Order: sequence, then C-alpha cells, then structure tokens
Amino acid sequence: MTGYLKDVFTNTGNISLFTGRFFKAVFKQPFELKEFAKQCYLLGYKALPLVGITGFIMGLVLTLQSRPTLVTFGAEAWLPGMVALSLIKEVAPIITALICAGKISSGIGAELGSMKVTEQIDAMEVSAINPFKYLVVTRILATTLMVPLLVVFADCIGVFGGYVGMNIHSDINVFRYLNKILESLTFLDIMPATIKTIFFGFFIGMIGCYKGFTAANGTESVGKAANSAVVAASLTIFIIDMMAVQLTDILFKP
Amino acid sequence: MILQELKISDTPTNQFVIDINGLWKLFGKDNEVLKGVTLQVKTGENLVMLGKSGSGKSITIKCLVGLLLADKGSLKVFDTDITQLDYTQLNKIRLRIGFLFQNSALYDSMTVRQNLEFPLKRHSKKLTDTEVNSAVSEALDSVGLLEAIDKMPSELSGGMRKRVGLARTLILKPEIILYDEPTTGLDPITSREISELILSIQQKNKTTSIIITHDMACAKLTGDRIVMLRDGVIYLEGTYAELEQNKDEWVRSFFE
Repeated sequence: MTGYLKDVFTNTGNISLFTGRFFKAVFKQPFELKEFAKQCYLLGYKALPLVGITGFIMGLVLTLQSRPTLVTFGAEAWLPGMVALSLIKEVAPIITALICAGKISSGIGAELGSMKVTEQIDAMEVSAINPFKYLVVTRILATTLMVPLLVVFADCIGVFGGYVGMNIHSDINVFRYLNKILESLTFLDIMPATIKTIFFGFFIGMIGCYKGFTAANGTESVGKAANSAVVAASLTIFIIDMMAVQLTDILFKP
Repeated sequence: MILQELKISDTPTNQFVIDINGLWKLFGKDNEVLKGVTLQVKTGENLVMLGKSGSGKSITIKCLVGLLLADKGSLKVFDTDITQLDYTQLNKIRLRIGFLFQNSALYDSMTVRQNLEFPLKRHSKKLTDTEVNSAVSEALDSVGLLEAIDKMPSELSGGMRKRVGLARTLILKPEIILYDEPTTGLDPITSREISELILSIQQKNKTTSIIITHDMACAKLTGDRIVMLRDGVIYLEGTYAELEQNKDEWVRSFFE
C-alpha cells in the first residue's frame, strides 16, 4: 500500500515537473512552427472521420432515444433544443475527448515511447536538437488547439445527426430545426463547454507525451506507455469535466 | 566547412582532445558502474574500449556527450569540462562530437535523406537547398550508400542502417566520433566493411574516435590503442599486439 501511494505521489510530482518544463520551453525560441503544423495535421485532421462519424451517430441516437419520452409529455417541439443542449454541453466534448485519448494520447505515447527505446530521442539530444521542444511542446500545443476544434466539429455534425433523427419520424424544415436550437441555446451554454475542451486537449497531449517521453527501456514499455496514456488521459478528462461543470455551476448559477 | 560558423573557437591547448579523470557513475544507491575511470585520448587517435557487457563502456561515452550525468570526476572535451556547462554551451560542444548508436537510432518516420537533412538544416539555416542536397549526397557517398537516399529506415538492412547512421553523424563534420558497438549484430563481412569505413573516416577527416566493441577483428583493424574496462575502472591499456601477448587470464579470454 505504501509502495502504491509512493508511486502515485512520485507520478504526480513528475507530471507536475514535466508540465513546468513545458511552460518553460514553450515561450523560448526556436519555435518549431513547421513541426507544430505537421502535428496539427496528423493529430487533428486525421481524427476528423472518426470524430465526425461518432458525432453524427451521437446526435442521431440521442434524438431517437429522447423522442418517445418527450412525445409522452407532448413536448416534441423541445426535442431539437434538448438534443443540441446535451450534445454541446456534455456529450460531444466528453465523447470526442475520450476518442482523442484513445487515438491521439495512445498514439503519442507509443510513438515517443518507441523513439525513446530505440535511442532516437538520445540521437536528437546529441545532435544538439532539443527533443523536448521538438517532440513534446509541438504535440501538446497541437492537441490543445485541435481537440477544441474537433469538439466544435463534432457539435456541428451531431446537430446534423439530430436533424436526420428528427426526420425519421416527422418532417421538419432545416431552418425551423436550427431556429429551435438557437432559441434554446445561450452563450453560457456554449462557452464554458468549449473552454473546458482546451484543458482536455492540453492534458491529452501532456499525458501522452509524459508517458512516452519517460518510458523505460525495452519494447514492453512502449505498450505500457500507450496503454497507461489512454487510462490516465481518460480519467483526467472526467476529473476536469467534473471540476469544470461545478465551477460553471458556481459562477453562472441562474 | 559548411558548419564553420557553428564551431566554437577554442582548440585544445594540450594534445588530449578527451580527458576523463576519475569518472564515477552510480545507478541507485548501491550499483556503482564506473568507479573512477581515467582516460585520455589524443587528437586523431582511434581508441578502442573493450570490456564485458554491462561493464560501463557505453555509459562512459554517454557521459561524454552529456546524455548521462557523471556523479563524480571531470570530463574534459576540447579542454572544456562538460560537467560545468549549461545546456546551450553543452550543445555547442555536442555539435563537434558525432555519436553512432548501437542500433543506429535512425528516425523511423523520415526517409534516409530527411534523416541526414534534419540535423544539418537545423544548425545551418543559411544553407540553400542545393548546398543541403550536395552535403547529403556527399555524406551518403562517403559511406557508399547513395542509392538508398529515398528509402525509409525500415527498408534497410542492419549494415545499411549503420552506414546511414554514420553518414548522419558525418554530415555535421564532427571532430570526435564515438562509436557504440558499431559491428554488433552484423555478419563478419559487413563487420569488416564497417571497420574499414571507420578507419577510412579517421584517416580522411582526421577525427578522434572512441570505439566500443566486442568484435576483436574490429578492434585489431581500427584501434591505435586499446583500453580494457573491468569492475568500473580501466584495467589495462596498450596496443592490440601488446595486449595479445598479455598472460592475464581475463585478458586472454578476449583474444582466444
């Protein structure tokens, strides 16, 4: 038990130091803009189909599942607004972030882990290239930027999925559908939900990089790095979500 | 000459380009790997380091480039104690040292060309594309692997990877090259080719080298002097011919 607790504290301490190292490095030249753009493409753009399909299905399913209950109360007109609210405030950010934890965080963990094991990171170091700036900073910045964009994308596709779901049982005009949604959404529904995704993105990148960059020697540690990156990133996403929702509740209580 | 602007002006005032004095390295509290290694390498010399696996040979050269931190002792390279340098100063020294890793450590996601361009472009931003291309071709040509320029590292054999690794090291025109088991895992013919390449690089570029190896054929061919590491200290040193005559049982076991 003491050993386990020691591990938890050591890991927390090390991640904090790693985060500190990131903030120290991020403002220092050289800025690896080319690598940052490449990572945005690889980590963000390449996740578009997966996020898009999931977003569409979420919107569609949420509409179909909620419909019978609302019909019972004769409140079918509330369906677009309700679906959009749940999508934008909770479902799309959480589902997208979890997908990114699975796809991006584990990918970064495995990539950097294998680079560590095969001494590629050391090779960079000895040729006087700062591997932390080149590999870690660029990836964390890329996920911090791309995850929120992916969430916004999932929001839009989800709303479209909801529209398709509505049209299975009833015939509703697209403008009327969007109008219904805009009537029920406020700025305070969208902003806090989007801001929290910046933190999701940051930690997805941070945890993947930390696990990969600090992988032990041996090929087994590559798998471990990828696996523990997904577990830790997913858990962190839920914890951040809980904190963000409580904070929003305190700050913007109606 | 391309990287001339990067070179720091200090040239060693004494004849030793590498001067290691009382180097200690511990892993954990009890695991003392190096217990006071003292070693000097002259300019232009090829020094071979022999020793059992796990005796700390690789650790010694990793300490020399700052990949591992020494626990005690001084590590002078070009008359500068690298244990006293900050990150920027250390990087300036690192540019003058080439390091060939045991598994070549080629960047998997890049082609051979990109592997070679990567360090060059980052340290010499004024170079035009033509100059970069010719430097890449020249480095690959010097290891006899120009035809592999657009291949991915995964398409290369072990010997080819070693050659590309060497070309990537050479492209920055280092004054010192550290070889970490350059012939391990290769067949005898390829091993000999790599050993000959090491020798020709030293003769052509007048580089100083430390070669860590278990391959006695490589040691015989490349080494001007051989040091043997045992129990964390330098146990013996001499030329191949001298050590070959040594009666010590442990030394004999390497040569038989």
